[in-house]
Amino acid sequence: MADFWKRFSRNHQAVLGLLILCCVIFLAAIANIIYPGDPFLYSKFPLSPPGENGFLLGSDSIGRDVASGIAHGAKTSLLIGLIATLAAVFIGVIFGAFAGYYGGIVDDILMRVTEVFQTIPSFIFAILLVAIMKPSIESVVIAITVVSWPAVARLVRGEFLALKNREFVQACHTLGMGDVRIMLAEILPNCLSPIIVIGSLMVATAILIESGLAFLGLGDPNVMSWGFIISDGRSMLRVAWWICTFPGIAILITVLAINLVGEGLNDALNPRLRERK
Amino acid sequence: MTDKLLTISNLDIALPEGSERRLAVENLSIDLSPGETLCIVGESGSGKSLTARALMGLLPAPHVRATKGKVLFCGEDLTQASEPRMRQIRGSEISMIFQEPMTALNPVMTIGGQIDEVFRFHADMPPRERRKRAIQLLEDVHLPDPKQIVAAYPHELSGGQRQRAMIAMALALEPKILIADEPTTALDVTTQAQILKLINEMQDVHKSGVLFITHDFGVVADIADRVVVMQYGKVVETGTVDKVLNAPEHSYTQALIASVPSLIPRAPRPRSEHIVLSGKDVQKSFGGGKSLFGFGKPNRHVRAVKDVTLDLRRGETLGVVGESGSGKSTLARCIIRLMDSDSGSILLDDVDITSLGRSEMRPFRKRIQMVFQDPFASLNPRIKVGQIISQGPMIQGEARESAEARARELLEIVGLDERAFNRYPHEFSGGQRQRIGIARALALDPEILVADEPVSALDVSIQAQILELLDEIREKMNLSMMFITHDLRVAAQVCDRLAVMRYGEIVETGATGDIFNNPQHSYTQELLAAVPGQNWDRKLAT
Repeated sequence: MADFWKRFSRNHQAVLGLLILCCVIFLAAIANIIYPGDPFLYSKFPLSPPGENGFLLGSDSIGRDVASGIAHGAKTSLLIGLIATLAAVFIGVIFGAFAGYYGGIVDDILMRVTEVFQTIPSFIFAILLVAIMKPSIESVVIAITVVSWPAVARLVRGEFLALKNREFVQACHTLGMGDVRIMLAEILPNCLSPIIVIGSLMVATAILIESGLAFLGLGDPNVMSWGFIISDGRSMLRVAWWICTFPGIAILITVLAINLVGEGLNDALNPRLRERK
Repeated sequence: MTDKLLTISNLDIALPEGSERRLAVENLSIDLSPGETLCIVGESGSGKSLTARALMGLLPAPHVRATKGKVLFCGEDLTQASEPRMRQIRGSEISMIFQEPMTALNPVMTIGGQIDEVFRFHADMPPRERRKRAIQLLEDVHLPDPKQIVAAYPHELSGGQRQRAMIAMALALEPKILIADEPTTALDVTTQAQILKLINEMQDVHKSGVLFITHDFGVVADIADRVVVMQYGKVVETGTVDKVLNAPEHSYTQALIASVPSLIPRAPRPRSEHIVLSGKDVQKSFGGGKSLFGFGKPNRHVRAVKDVTLDLRRGETLGVVGESGSGKSTLARCIIRLMDSDSGSILLDDVDITSLGRSEMRPFRKRIQMVFQDPFASLNPRIKVGQIISQGPMIQGEARESAEARARELLEIVGLDERAFNRYPHEFSGGQRQRIGIARALALDPEILVADEPVSALDVSIQAQILELLDEIREKMNLSMMFITHDLRVAAQVCDRLAVMRYGEIVETGATGDIFNNPQHSYTQELLAAVPGQNWDRKLAT
């Protein structure tokens, strides 16, 4: 573990990303302490610019505190991103692993199913799903998962296809190892790096999709999120720039930080790169 | 110095900082006369290929560059030559053929088009004339039906034909120097013999100097006039082919030559009559399948193994030899049940294991184990060496402690340090990895070891060590071995009996000595006649 950290910290951008990500997580964790109470609560000072009337980042059209919204929204964004990605990676790995490992008819069936999901533009598909299920935080997570897993499945299938004929896998067959163990213990660790990289990118995409959905009014109406604030402020961009700008920056920084961390993980996890000291 | 085509003096080639060594090539001095063949011999990493690239001005600059010395080509220093001048020289004055003709040729251009390019860049000729010359060239390198080959794409030719086309291209403008970088390493032995003959013939016609880079002493013995032996970027010995091969002075050259397996089969060993493994009428074909909805062409149907019947006796080494595509690896995989054969039966002692399911097969797995060809692909890069070796016995139900203790013991048996246990495979060299692969196979105490080209990816000195190790453990553990190889020299030294395969069939079987001294089948004769360096072996034997 210390070794892993040493390799990770050699990449300064990744450390910076991790630092930012920790700040965002910290912000989400202390949101209830620094801004106790409901972020939807409105005050009698609508549209006050940053720094005035006690609003650090200003207030929106009905006097809600943008800073409080960002703090509470951070929790929503991170949770949705994380849960949706974990679910998508889980489904994608199972589909991809079986398709790639067994090939033939199994591969044909699983990949045709995957393609059906891939042919529909993902954001429109997500809108459709949320619209059908009625907007709630669960339905947003499900929608993001459903549109994200095919990419993982294809990636994992490719890796399994390439690895299953490698001699070390054949050696495992000659030792009498079972299929499930070969898949999990032998092949899967060899495709962890691309999975982690695509996973980290997916967390970022999930946050963007969630914001997009909220922006279109398809987020959970009872949960504060960054997309919701932007959606609320977009009509007032010219009179009150701060409403859209700050949550926008929050999304930008978080997505960037996650990408940097993903990249750093990839470098640190790949044993072949370790030699390049 | 006018009579020399090429004089390299005190050449240094620097590697990027942080590399294994500072200089890839150090203080290299060689020369080449017209009509002479100079062989540069060395193991991987000796700097022989970089030397060739330096001549062509093709070093991967700026990281790798010549830092000192001169490369005089007909009196002109090529290290100082400008890039436009180098372009003039390349192809017309010095040309090069590469190891892998498939990657050296452009896959989306016809052969004719690629030869045409050479003329277009270097000579002023009308298109009709160029085409005529291209066809003439292809005829010179004895390609069948040159008119068709001019219009063919590289993938439509066989490996040998591609290499011929490469040679035609290299000789298009009658260069003064031809550099050949392992031009026959990727080819089968019979094709190799033809290509070597062709290079010799072309050299006689054009009187060019040939700089031939190889690791194969058999090839050296056949074609070289003079030999340069390189180790770690330094020339350790130069001299005429006779002197270097038959009376080497430097200890490294002596060691290298000593590790070349002799073509004279070793003395037969007493053998048991007990048959431990036998295959009867084993068949395997590939392809012929269709996609899910039946769209598209059905795949090409290839019969890789046809009606193969063979026996392996206790304690003996049965060599399966043949060229690429002869089905020998497929046969091995059928026998070890990595693939299911289409028909026929495989008997382990008296049990038919052909149709056993996975779990029924498991107890038999430990009796028959495999050593693979590629030491880099055969070990899981994510798993520590100790675990790689001990997981076999653990799957077979052994306790972790005893399996790990056994793994440590095995590391010692195969000649590795016990500290290897907690390391990852990428920390080891090719030869060491092959030792780990052998330890993994031995961990189950098998009776039969199937070795699929276990030394063909290794340098000759490492190869000798691994062969010695295999011999040692075979004696110690009373193993029966099925040894698959394309290298008849290795076969002569390792195998008690041989089975010669071609196009999926065994054309001849017999004791190694009988096959080498009195081959019956015409293909076996052809194969034996093609092994490079035979005269040298005969000379050494007397």
